[in-house]
Amino acid sequence: MSVRLMWRKSLNVVMLSLTGVCVLLTVSVLFFILGYLVYNGGKDLSWTFFTHLPAPVGEEGGGMANAILGSLKLLLLAALFGVPIGLLGGVYLAEFGGRTIPFVVRYTADLLNGVPSIVIGIFAYALVVMPMHHFSTLAGGFALGIMVIPTVLRNTESFLTDVPRSLREGAFAMGANKWKMVATVVLPAASRGILTGVLLALARVAGETAPLLFTAFGNRFWSPGWDQPTSSLPVVIYTYATGPYEDWHRQAWAAGLVLLGLVLLTNILVRAFLTRGTAYERS
Amino acid sequence: MANTGATAASSTDKTAEHTPAMTTSGANTLRMKVTKINFYYGKNHALHNVSMDVATNKVTAMIGPSGCGKSTLLRTLNRMHETLRHTRLEGEIALDGVNILTLDVTRLRRMVGMVFQKPNPFPKSIYENVAYGLRINGHKGRLDDSVEKSLRRAALWDEVKDKLHKSAYALSGGQQQRLCIARALAVDPEVLLLDEPCSALDPVNTAKIEELLFELKPTCTLVIVTHNMQQAARVSDSTAFMLNGDLIEFSPTGHMFTTPSDPRTEAYITGRFG
Amino acid sequence: MATTPNAAAPADIPGNSRTLSRRWAGADDIAHAITLIAAAVLLLIAVLLVYQLWVLSAEARTKFGWKFFVTEVWDPVSGDFGALPFIYGTLVTSAVALILAVPLGVGAAIFLAELAPPKLSSSLTFVSDLLAAVPSVIYGLLGVFLLVPIMRTTIQPALKATLGFLPFFKGPSYGIGFLTAGIVLAIMIVPFVLSVSREVLLAIPRDQREAALALGATKWESTWKVVVPAARIGIFGSVFLALARALGETMAVTMVIGNNPKIAASLFSPGYSIAAVLANEFSEATGNLYLSALIELGLVLFLLTFVLNGLARLLILVTTSRGSGVLPT
Repeated sequence: MSVRLMWRKSLNVVMLSLTGVCVLLTVSVLFFILGYLVYNGGKDLSWTFFTHLPAPVGEEGGGMANAILGSLKLLLLAALFGVPIGLLGGVYLAEFGGRTIPFVVRYTADLLNGVPSIVIGIFAYALVVMPMHHFSTLAGGFALGIMVIPTVLRNTESFLTDVPRSLREGAFAMGANKWKMVATVVLPAASRGILTGVLLALARVAGETAPLLFTAFGNRFWSPGWDQPTSSLPVVIYTYATGPYEDWHRQAWAAGLVLLGLVLLTNILVRAFLTRGTAYERS
Repeated sequence: MANTGATAASSTDKTAEHTPAMTTSGANTLRMKVTKINFYYGKNHALHNVSMDVATNKVTAMIGPSGCGKSTLLRTLNRMHETLRHTRLEGEIALDGVNILTLDVTRLRRMVGMVFQKPNPFPKSIYENVAYGLRINGHKGRLDDSVEKSLRRAALWDEVKDKLHKSAYALSGGQQQRLCIARALAVDPEVLLLDEPCSALDPVNTAKIEELLFELKPTCTLVIVTHNMQQAARVSDSTAFMLNGDLIEFSPTGHMFTTPSDPRTEAYITGRFG
Repeated sequence: MATTPNAAAPADIPGNSRTLSRRWAGADDIAHAITLIAAAVLLLIAVLLVYQLWVLSAEARTKFGWKFFVTEVWDPVSGDFGALPFIYGTLVTSAVALILAVPLGVGAAIFLAELAPPKLSSSLTFVSDLLAAVPSVIYGLLGVFLLVPIMRTTIQPALKATLGFLPFFKGPSYGIGFLTAGIVLAIMIVPFVLSVSREVLLAIPRDQREAALALGATKWESTWKVVVPAARIGIFGSVFLALARALGETMAVTMVIGNNPKIAASLFSPGYSIAAVLANEFSEATGNLYLSALIELGLVLFLLTFVLNGLARLLILVTTSRGSGVLPT
C-alpha cells in the first residue's frame, strides 16, 4: 500500500472517530446534568419542600410551595391566553387563509418565536406592569402566553395541513359545511399532534425565567389572586443560586431537579406519544 | 463462456464451440472473473451461485427484467454493495487474478470505476468534477492536461472547453452523463461499470454514449447493465441474461440474440415477458 | 369576508334549503372571522412589541443618538449610558460559543447523518432535542456551582500556563467571565447546530455519496469533500440560528459572566451582555432615562436576533428544498 493511501485511510479512521467523539460529548452532557441534579437535588427533596413557604431570609428550612403554585398559576394563564389564539390562528392558516395574509402571519410567528424571552418580558412590562403600576401574576402569564402563541400556531397549522384531503372531501360529500368539517373531522384527526405541540410549548415556558424577572417578579409569600407579584420555580432557582446562603443553594438544586424533571418528563412522554402514529390512516 | 446455475449442461458445450477467439493481445483475456457468488440483502438471497467472465477490452452486457439482479451483480464488481447495510457477499470475484475482497476498497474503486443511471455530477465546476478523483489521490494545483484528456475520451471536450469553470449543473442531461463518464475515466480505471447509463437520456444522447463506448473499448474494459435489449445487441460483445437472481445464459452477443440456448432467454428476447 | 365553499346557494332553491344554506354560510363566515381575528392578534402583538420598544427607548435614543453604541460608560447615577460594554460582551461570549459549538455540532451531525444506523441516529437526535429543552436557569445552576470552580481551579490556570502569552488568557482568573459564559452558551447551542446540520446533510441525495465512493474516495473524503460542501449553505444557516439563540440567552449567561460592564481583552475578565444587564437592572431601574436606555438595549437585541433568524431560515430553506447546493464549490 502506498504511503499516500495509508495516510488517507488513517485520516479516514481518525476523522470519523472524532465525529463519534463529538456525539458522545454532546449526548453525555444531558446525562451528566441529570445525574448531577439528581445527586445534588435529590437529598433535599422533602415534604417540606413541596408544602412550606420559604423561611425568613437567613433562616434555614422552609420550602417552595408558593413558587410551585405560582408557576402553576402562570402556566394556567399562559395556556388560557396563548393556546386559543395559537390554535385558532393555526386553523385560520390551514383552512381559511389565502396567499398573502398567511404568509405574513407565518413570518410574524417565526419572528416572534425568535425574539429573546427577556425582550418579551420588556413588552409585557410595558403593556401590563406599567399601567398597573406594580408587578403581577397577570403580567407574567401574559409574557409567557405570548411565547406560547407562535409555537402552538405553527404546530397546529402543520398538523392540520397533514390531514389528508380525502378526509375533508368525505365530510363535504356528506353535506358538512366548512367549519363543521374542520371542527368535527379535521381537528379531531389532528388532535394528537396539536396536543403534543401545546404540551411542548407549555413545558418550554414553564422553565422560562427571564420574562418573569420584571413581570411576575417574585414573592416570599403566597400570591393571592392574579394581580400581585408571584414567586415561580425558575425565578426562585435563580435567586437562591445567586444568593449568599448555603441553605438557599441546596434548595436551588432541589428546585432545579423538580423543574428539570417535569420539563424532561413532559418532553419524553409527549414525543414518544407522538411517534406512535396518528388518529387516521396515512394515505 | 461458462453458463451457470440451472441451465442444462449440454448448452455449455454448444456455446463453447461458438466461442470466438478471445485472445486479442497477451495472456490476460479475462479482466475480471466472477466465480459462484451468492449475495444477500438481509435475508433476501438476491444472487444465486452466479459466475461470469469479463473479457479485457470488450463490452460485456447484462440484461434481464426488473429485479433480476443485474444491477446488484454490477455493484459487487466494485464492492459498492458495501455502502449499504445488511449485505453479504459470498464467493470470489477476481480482478486480474486477484480477489477483490482482499484488495483495499479505495484502490479497487480506482481501478474499477462506475457510472450511474442518473447523472450525478457534484455541485462543482465541470473542471473540478473531472479533477475530483485525481485530487483525492493527491494531485494538487492545475490538472489541465488530465482534465482535457478525460473530457476528450468522453467526447465532451469540444462542448465544454470554453466553460470549464461553470457549474456542472449548467449542462444538459446527456452532457452531464458524459461528464460523469469523464470523471470516472480521469483516474484511469481498467474497468468501467455502467449501470443503465442511458435510461435517463433521450435517443440522441443515448446514441452519443453508445458511440462513446465503442471508442473507449480499446483502452478500457466495459461492463454495462441495460434494460434495453437492442442496446445490448448494438454495443456489447458478450451478453449475460439474468432472471430472479440466476445467471441463465452468458454467451457472445451475436449468438444470444440469434440462437439463444435457453428457452427463458428466448422468451425474454422475443418479448414474451419482462 | 372571503366567500365560503357553500356560497353556491342559488336563488331558485325554494324555502328551507335556502335559509339553511345561508345559515350555514353564516356560520362559516363567523368561523373565518374568529380565526382571522386570532391570527390578527398575533400580528397585533408583534407590531405592538416593536412599537413599544421604539417608543419607550425614545428618551435614550434622542439623548445619546449614535454615540450610545460607542460609549463605554454605564453610570446610572450620573445618567450617562453607553451600550458598548454590553455589545462587546454579547459578541465575545457568542463568538466563543460558536467557536466551540460549531465544530462539535457539525462533527456530531456528520456522525449522525453519515455513519450511524438510522435508529441510532434518531435516538441520539432525540437526546439532543431534550438538551435543547433544558431551561436556561438549569444550565446557569450547573454553571455557577460546577463550571465556575473548575474554571477557576483547573482550566483557566492551565490556559494561562500554556497560552498565557495571548492577550485572551492574561489576567486574574476568578472562574467567572467571558470564557465561562461562552462555554455555557456553547453547550446550550450545540443541539441547534447539530439538529439543523443533520437535517441538511440528510437532504443531500444519496447518489452524490455514491459518485464519490465509486471514484475511490474514502468515506471521510466523500463526506468532507462532497456532502458537507453541498450542504454548506444550510450549515451556515444552522450557525446563524445558533448565534441568534446565543445572543438572546439570558439566565445562564448572567449567572456566570460576572455582571461587570467592562471591556477587556482577556477572556478571564468579568463582563456583561445585553440580556444579562436587562435581567439584573431592569426591575430596579430608577428614572425614565435609565429605563429608556435599558429598553434601547432591548431594541438592539431584538433587531440583531431578527436579522439573524431571518437569514438563518432563508439559508436552511434553500438547502433542504433544493436537496443539494447548486453553487459550484
